[in-house]
Amino acid sequence: MSALINGTNFDHKSLNALQKVTLRAVVMSFLFFGLVAIEGMIMKLVQTGPSNPLPEMFSHPQHYFSIMTVHPIVGIFGSTYQLVFAAFMFLVPFLTKKPLYSIKLANAVWLLITIGTALSWIAAFVWQYAPLYTLYWPLPADTKQFSVIGGIVFIIGVALIMVGTIGFIYNIYATIFQKVGVHANKTTKELLISGFGIDGMLNLWYKLTGRQPYSKEPALALPVVAIFRGTVDTFLDAIVILSAGVLVLIYLIFDASGSPLDVTAIDALLYKNYFWWGLDLVADGLVLIYVAGSWYLLATLITGQKLFMENVARAALMLELLVSWMVWSHHLLADQGQPEMMKLISGEMVTAFELLTQGLALFITLVTLWKARPLKMTFPLKYLLGGLVGFGLAVPAAIIQADMGMNRVLHNTQWIIMAHVHIALIVGLYMTLYSAVYTLWPIVTNNTKIWSHKLSNLHFWMYLIGGIGMGALGGMAGIDGMLRRHLYVHGEFNTLMVLSAICGTMVLIAWAIFLFNIVMSVGIKGLIGIFLPAEDPSASYGIEPETIAEDHKVEEK
Amino acid sequence: MTFSNSLELLAFHQTAYTIYAAIIISVVAWFGYNLTRENAKSVVRIPFYWYMAFLVAGGVGHHIFTYNAIPWVSEDISRHNITPDASYEFEIKDHKWIGLPKKITIQCGQTIEFNVKSHDLVYGFGLFRQDGSLVTQMQVNPGTDANGILDSNEMLWTFNHNGVFNLTSTEYSGPEQYTEDGKDLMFVPNFVEVVGCKGDNK
Repeated sequence: MSALINGTNFDHKSLNALQKVTLRAVVMSFLFFGLVAIEGMIMKLVQTGPSNPLPEMFSHPQHYFSIMTVHPIVGIFGSTYQLVFAAFMFLVPFLTKKPLYSIKLANAVWLLITIGTALSWIAAFVWQYAPLYTLYWPLPADTKQFSVIGGIVFIIGVALIMVGTIGFIYNIYATIFQKVGVHANKTTKELLISGFGIDGMLNLWYKLTGRQPYSKEPALALPVVAIFRGTVDTFLDAIVILSAGVLVLIYLIFDASGSPLDVTAIDALLYKNYFWWGLDLVADGLVLIYVAGSWYLLATLITGQKLFMENVARAALMLELLVSWMVWSHHLLADQGQPEMMKLISGEMVTAFELLTQGLALFITLVTLWKARPLKMTFPLKYLLGGLVGFGLAVPAAIIQADMGMNRVLHNTQWIIMAHVHIALIVGLYMTLYSAVYTLWPIVTNNTKIWSHKLSNLHFWMYLIGGIGMGALGGMAGIDGMLRRHLYVHGEFNTLMVLSAICGTMVLIAWAIFLFNIVMSVGIKGLIGIFLPAEDPSASYGIEPETIAEDHKVEEK
Repeated sequence: MTFSNSLELLAFHQTAYTIYAAIIISVVAWFGYNLTRENAKSVVRIPFYWYMAFLVAGGVGHHIFTYNAIPWVSEDISRHNITPDASYEFEIKDHKWIGLPKKITIQCGQTIEFNVKSHDLVYGFGLFRQDGSLVTQMQVNPGTDANGILDSNEMLWTFNHNGVFNLTSTEYSGPEQYTEDGKDLMFVPNFVEVVGCKGDNK
């Protein structure tokens, strides 16, 4: 009982402003994770058939598709964005040894994303606004099926999330470009060249031509380069989603005023191209680059050694910039109006390039770890390996479908959403993020002891097996013809859905175990204290990154 | 190797991916185990350039393989130069099929053109076997040209196996596609029947 109230040795008063704002976003992220897991389980149980234990209303199309609409909003923005943004707003000051540009802005970011996510959720819950996250034109403006008020609230919610996202972007770049500390004498040009990974590319070129390296000490650490690069895509994505939202909002407002606009003025296929170009930057730009950067960071922090082939990694991040902008057509391989050359070049060939960039990141991370062996199988290492497995499974699953032949029989099936998206997010991304959480936990919480390592272990295995199992079994249903955006209430794919639901339950229970363990570590008092103002207004953290590696070294006999 | 329909392709895909998944999980598990051992030695040394060449071969080779092994790829790319054995054109409006024949009977090996037009929303056109597995599909985008004529969404498909296939929309177009108790209003049972092929229905 004492641990529940007071935690282990957590003292929220000892935290500075940067630590507190980081933890606030982390708390919100994991609360939203619980919500998204419950939503996912509701849909999964509906798919198991009429004998499911849920009240009947969940099987009604309005209710079911409302949940399906907010499920990715809560999961991707409410949970994932918050956790990634929290980690990066802590890591950039930590790695550059400079203060975060603005703590106030960081607070505004988590608040805006939280409120925005809540509003979108309310729009679906109260008004059953359900155009799905794809917002295929003109469905979001279809007021015959959806309430105008619901649509307006939903779009305002998404817009707030995007405004919060732009706040994060500003804070990150403003911090990177601050001319203080180690960057006091750096020019903006030097920081830009390093941020885009151009110095890595030049180093490789100079080496090939027998010259001295262009830059022996790059201005920015490699993980910061990944954050810099990934944030370019985050910005473009925010602009696209925001502009699509404004378009929908204009149509809804005109509709509400009694003078509806003509929806055919917007070309549905052109809109699809524009929207997918932006949305795909989340998956193929932001996630893959942020994840590659996180792997590099975790591998170097865990081993305390330099990254293997660092220049190649820097150059690859630059290359990923171009790749991530040209892959969106793989979402349009089943659209017969899409030009064949775009399907072939963007949808197939450039998309296949992601196998290289992600494969390269996997290789560099594994070799960096291998060169530092023996290592202790700590939680950060364990989760990092889990993350590698996740992307090792999920990326090829998507590359297989990004093919004109395979797409004809897999498009819009459960294959892509379960075997690719859910394994990439639940296993690949979240395992990587859990690794980061366990790595940063001591420095963000001032060495707070985790209440139970047994529970941490239980969480790891239940989450890993549940996540892979749920994705794989759902993917098999896709192979059997189960669509991803369709209502199945008669247990059409009952066996696979029951098994998938069991695995999904494991993920949900694993989340509950993780949350319980964290609450027992920081205590209810500590949890509340995180949201109280910090006594120490510092926006930076002083521990050298190198010290983290000491925890992973096997002691010499 | 050539796949004559989606069943064969998907069975191959499931087997190949399952083997791959087992390998990647095992390799990382083995790797993790050896990371903790003091005297672990590399079983194989994977040269970086060979590894990259393998990834390139995998990425490009996958498409070369499917282009040669899946007949509908080349047929789809060159569909504007192929004269179909029969063409069917119909429309969708307010989640209802318009001008849909009651049933289409196709002789084995015939190449059929389906041209579907939408008046309002994005829909899908998908044919399914009786066991629920997918035969083929496409997206149906709405839109008109400058003269107000509805945009075409056309697809060619050659049927090489007997079977009776159901039709429904494969793209979400709002909850009104369903009744309150979950019945799919765009579902058309036994819409296509393929006859004349030797062997069992697939």
